[in-house]
Amino acid sequence: MDPVLQIKDLKVEVDTGTAVHSVLDGVTLTLRRGQTLAVVGESGCGKSMTALSAMGLLPDRFRIAAGQILLGEEDLVQVRPQRLRALRGNAMSMIFQEPMTSLNPVLTVERQIAEVVELHQDKTGAQAREIALEMLRAVQIPSPETRLAAYPHELSGGMRQRVMIAIALACRPRVIIADEPTTALDVTVQAQIFRLLRELQMQTDTAIMLITHDMGAVAEMADEVAVLYAGKCIEAGPAAQLLAAPAHPYTSGLMACTPKLRLGRAALTAPARGLGEIPGMVPPLGQFPPACRFAPRCARATEKCHATPPETVRLGPDHETLCWHPNEAREAAPAC
Amino acid sequence: MRKLAPRLISAIGLLLAVLVLNFLLIHAAPGDPVQVIVGDMGGASPQLIAQMKAQYGLDKPLPVQLGLYLWQVLHGNFGYSVYFNMPVLDLILQRLPATIVLVLSSLILAVVIGTLLGIFSARRPRGILSHLVTLVSLFGFSAPVFWTGIMLTILFASVIPIFPVSGMFSVRDTGGFFAQTLDLLRHLVLPSVTLASIYIATYSRLARAAMLDVLGADYIRTARAKGLSERRVVFGHALRNGLIPIVTMVGLQFGQLLAGAVLVETVFNWPGLGRLAFDSILRRDYSTLLAILFFSAILVMVANALTDLAYRWIDPRIGGGRTRKATKTPAAPGSKSPGPAKG
Ligand SMILES: Nc1ncnc2c1ncn2[C@@H]1O[C@H](COP(=O)(O)OP(=O)(O)O)[C@@H](O)[C@H]1O
Ligand SMILES: [Mg+2]
Repeated sequence: MDPVLQIKDLKVEVDTGTAVHSVLDGVTLTLRRGQTLAVVGESGCGKSMTALSAMGLLPDRFRIAAGQILLGEEDLVQVRPQRLRALRGNAMSMIFQEPMTSLNPVLTVERQIAEVVELHQDKTGAQAREIALEMLRAVQIPSPETRLAAYPHELSGGMRQRVMIAIALACRPRVIIADEPTTALDVTVQAQIFRLLRELQMQTDTAIMLITHDMGAVAEMADEVAVLYAGKCIEAGPAAQLLAAPAHPYTSGLMACTPKLRLGRAALTAPARGLGEIPGMVPPLGQFPPACRFAPRCARATEKCHATPPETVRLGPDHETLCWHPNEAREAAPAC
Repeated sequence: MRKLAPRLISAIGLLLAVLVLNFLLIHAAPGDPVQVIVGDMGGASPQLIAQMKAQYGLDKPLPVQLGLYLWQVLHGNFGYSVYFNMPVLDLILQRLPATIVLVLSSLILAVVIGTLLGIFSARRPRGILSHLVTLVSLFGFSAPVFWTGIMLTILFASVIPIFPVSGMFSVRDTGGFFAQTLDLLRHLVLPSVTLASIYIATYSRLARAAMLDVLGADYIRTARAKGLSERRVVFGHALRNGLIPIVTMVGLQFGQLLAGAVLVETVFNWPGLGRLAFDSILRRDYSTLLAILFFSAILVMVANALTDLAYRWIDPRIGGGRTRKATKTPAAPGSKSPGPAKG
């Protein structure tokens, strides 16, 4: 399948005023048409920063230090801000984690959807209104005619997230980045939102970058997976392969931490040490270990792991990991 | 505005309390109006003083005086001003427009300039303008209004005499409506700027804080993610949210603004209620002073009601107003209450 969005060797830094810290260090990802790439990792691994880099929405003091972000042929790192604005919300849009606060409280649902259509497509007010209504139908909001005039506070969290999806889809983007779109929602609503995204994707052939730390969602949604840890992409590959035989100890750790998803072998050889969470925490910015960043938390770490940065190991045509001691494809063992 | 009746009742209660309290306060204050009147005439005999006290009802016990006063006010009679030689009500109505013009123009000036300064400094919290706002508000907070007024008077009376420093209209009557309006505006500049100066400080700081807060909100990130220009993000999405605390402040501060008008009208000889209040205090003109306080209270209440309306218009989360539109649009078959829908 043709790549729609390619992030190549992306490096992002933050200037705290006293020091410059690396936030992302050589992240490489590919989104393909009609497919879903899941980006997983614990909180603070740099998932949101990867997404915001692609949107050109990095917060103050964060900047892209190196790398390419190719949307089709265009490198978003190089284009002028004006061009980036023309693409945002149009060719590429984003759904955020917090549906409760991501909609403007003083504007109606209609205005918030129609606005993006009026901005990017030469549509009159009436046409934009019609599209807004169409979008509300598409995201399966009951009695959409009534909801057009509603304000966000009159809608539940799930409904608001549907409105966010309607806004994101209004201009038929090639890429949608969904940054933990269901984390803030009820479990039943989560499933509905995922199903909706899947259906809409099949209708429109949009590429989706789904950021999540819910491995269950990954299993249901993803065609490909990229695992981030401390600003590095430590494993990437086709979802089926990666879930069945995670190569990096961190990936197997993440999977073992999701009880309902101890898939394949990982589930059978359930860790004797219980559902052990991975011990320790993601190191904060500026305190990344010099060699393998996961080594201090890794049960399998040897002296080499602490001394020398790991190299890329190829486990299949598209399956790669950054580890000195990856699980062999045949004997995927849980690490925690 | 559904609860109009209870609002009206509480408003009337409030006005009654204003009348009674002010009446008692003024009568507790030292100074005797009759003394002041006869003092002007030179020595007066005790008989004359007693006669005048009887004439003004000042010989009766305080509760009786109060009752009489309330009864008169109820009939629209605020008494007679000896000094201005006309009924107090006429006097007030004559002066009221000048004060409204001054206060409204200052308020608009303060809110618009303050908000714009606040917005631009919030856009660049570490920029030059941001520091300038801090400086200006420091100045605005520390410089007393009468000082600013006197400084401006000196500046414009002698150094650059482009704006008149006294009065509301030129003495020479210059015909047409247009010319008169222009004349009024020219006279308005200095008093209005002076009165606005302290509030520009207040509003720029408030707007800066509010906009900094709003610009960090998630929905602003959403607006940017839509590809909107910074201008549209700030003015289309952020400003209306940022206005909420500003409008609240307008309501809270309106009373202070009227108090500021007393100083400014006195310094610039502006023929409004403030100047009148100053004059009537000097002359112990109780009836006039009481009426001024009463009408000021009405002004404050009207201002608060208007703020309340503006507030509802800006923020749909406050009940009433525009939110009900949502339920009035033709509902799809089967749609029920407009309450939060389940996701
Ligand atoms: N606004 C910010 N200012 C400073 N550091 C931040 C900010 N947002 C995120 N970070 C830091 O950047 C790193 C990556 O964060 P993020 O991309 O948000 O992680 P994730 O989305 O994977 O949870 C973390 O160490 C986090 O603490
Ligand atoms: Mg995040």
